[in-house]
Amino acid sequence: MKVELTNLTKRWGDVVGAEGIDLSTKDGEFVAFLGPSGCGKTTTLLMIAGIYKPTVGEILFDDRVVNTVPPKDRNIGMVFQSYALYPHMTVFQNIGYPLKLQKVPKDELQKHVQRVADMMGIGHLMDRKPAQLSGGQQQRVALGRALIKEPQLLLFDEPLSNLDARLRLSMRSEIKRLQMDLGITSIYVTHDQIEAMTMADRVAVMKDGHLQAFAPPDELYDHPKTLFIAGFVGNPPMNFIEVEVKQENGSYQVLGPGIHLDLPADRGEKVARSSKVIMGIRPEDISLADTGVKGEVYLIEPLGRDDLLDVRIGETAVRVLADPALGVRMRDTVTLHFNTDTAQLFDPDTEQSLLW
Amino acid sequence: MTPATLLVTVFFFVPALILFILSLTDLASSNFSEPWHFIGLLNYQRMFSDRFFPKILGNTIRYVTLTLIFFNVGLALLLALLTSYINRRAGFFFRMLWLLPRITPSVVYIVMWRRMVQQAPFGIINQFLGWFGLSQQPHLLNEHPWLFVILANGFVGASFGMLIFSSAIESIPKDLFTAAKVDGASTLQIIRDITLPMLRWPLLFVTSYQTLSLLVSFEYILLLTNGGPGLFTTEVWALTSYKRALSTYFGTNQWGYGAAWGLVLVVIAITASVIYLRVFRFDDLVQEPKIDVL
Ligand SMILES: Nc1ncnc2c1ncn2[C@@H]1O[C@H](COP(=O)(O)OP(=O)(O)O)[C@@H](O)[C@H]1O
Ligand SMILES: [Mg+2]
Repeated sequence: MKVELTNLTKRWGDVVGAEGIDLSTKDGEFVAFLGPSGCGKTTTLLMIAGIYKPTVGEILFDDRVVNTVPPKDRNIGMVFQSYALYPHMTVFQNIGYPLKLQKVPKDELQKHVQRVADMMGIGHLMDRKPAQLSGGQQQRVALGRALIKEPQLLLFDEPLSNLDARLRLSMRSEIKRLQMDLGITSIYVTHDQIEAMTMADRVAVMKDGHLQAFAPPDELYDHPKTLFIAGFVGNPPMNFIEVEVKQENGSYQVLGPGIHLDLPADRGEKVARSSKVIMGIRPEDISLADTGVKGEVYLIEPLGRDDLLDVRIGETAVRVLADPALGVRMRDTVTLHFNTDTAQLFDPDTEQSLLW
Repeated sequence: MTPATLLVTVFFFVPALILFILSLTDLASSNFSEPWHFIGLLNYQRMFSDRFFPKILGNTIRYVTLTLIFFNVGLALLLALLTSYINRRAGFFFRMLWLLPRITPSVVYIVMWRRMVQQAPFGIINQFLGWFGLSQQPHLLNEHPWLFVILANGFVGASFGMLIFSSAIESIPKDLFTAAKVDGASTLQIIRDITLPMLRWPLLFVTSYQTLSLLVSFEYILLLTNGGPGLFTTEVWALTSYKRALSTYFGTNQWGYGAAWGLVLVVIAITASVIYLRVFRFDDLVQEPKIDVL
């Protein structure tokens, strides 16, 4: 099923939940809503679920306006951060509840619940109450309950945020796999950019109730349209440096305190007029080299495969990924090479990209 | 000894013991100048063989069960559900409104009731009925004493349960209701399948607590009907105990005999409390609501 949102807005008096969201998904697509806490992800999701009534705008399921359709008639499944399992019901009753409401005959319901529970790997826990389950098991029950009525749309609201890191990783791939196998259109809300980037076909980045971008993960990563997206997507986050771009004899230069770099012409020519810019460069695009910008190592965070260096160039701090084998130590003076082929350039006033 | 133990001892066990000792004596205002005697269980014998004993017992059961079912639990639950499904602020206002009778002095409250049920043209209800051509109604209280005894008690009694139930409903995580709606439940199905099962403990608590407080309450009945009209029509156990022991009707206070009536209530209360403490595990009831427990 396709989902389309047009100018979708929710306000409570002066409080803005979501403002003017325009977006449409393809059938079977996995879409992530990504943004910091309080940016309106849940609000948007609850409008799609039919819990909140939009203040303005429309929600369309397969070209049908569903604004006034109650949640129970929207044929959706939903998974919550809190799992929202019914504490007084067993696993069996929890998963079977949507079918019980549809008055599905007992033996059919039994078979159906067993099949879904087996699929989720919790078939042996049928008689337990939610309180007797681990977080991961609870989340599987919640998934089973969302899936049992074979919904046309799956809604996830930060479903993995309450799980420990290792479990989160395995549930992440499990949900992704399940979604691909079943081909159910899914909207997945998260504040975790890694989750959004790894799971989604397209990511909707939200900030302060507004949709900032709606694009595939690599597009967001390579062509961030705003400073916010550039800073939010990617881990460790992108470095931002205030610089000046100058043109001399057809070649472009980036100048900052202690920084002097060449800029490829295809990027440089886009900033011909506005000379003051914010340059964004990812930690993996800066490397230790023999010649280049000099700086002092202020802090080293070992990440295992790489060391994350906090290097100070005068007043400017940049994060750099370096090979631990190089044996860099705190307070060392290092020379950095900036790969400006992938540098991002932003207008300091509008915070919009000058490139895309 | 902890302060709590001291308080319970001084203000409960000591009085209960005195009451028990009193119930074994023939202390009364009629023989106050003479020496009093221990008379064993004679008072209890007299109580159980009283001609009106079955009537009073029946009245007490009727009073407690009907008020409990229709008001202290029933209406309380209905109000809590209604006010939690309407706008938050309106619900709050409505609940405050319902608390008014509880903070009104008993005498004022009952005078208002008596005012309402009088014959036309004084009685307010009869005035209304008069507009619909039902003039010349009799004194409503004498016609339907039980109805008004239960109404007057229930209107006040309902507020306690309403507050407990409202806050219990508020503490149910909102996600559960969202989940149920998405699962396809209607409002009534949500109440049946989610809200009520999660109110199990508050329901049991209010039921038991209110059973006890109704059992020992008599002031509204005393003020409204004084056990009448007629002989023992609305007389309940606690009222009998009060009248025998303390009412100066004909100047015949029978402290010993009244104490026997009272002690039965104390025994019921202690037994019930111990059972409730065991069954409900009150520590659990006052715990914070379990939200987002992993
Ligand atoms: N029921 C509500 N009433 C009033 N304001 C709300 C309500 N729900 C959310 N908000 C506000 O809307 C904004 C977006 O909230 P939400 O959608 O929950 O953010 P997110 O899920 O992205 O963390 C927040 O500022 C929040 O305070
Ligand atoms: Mg949220």
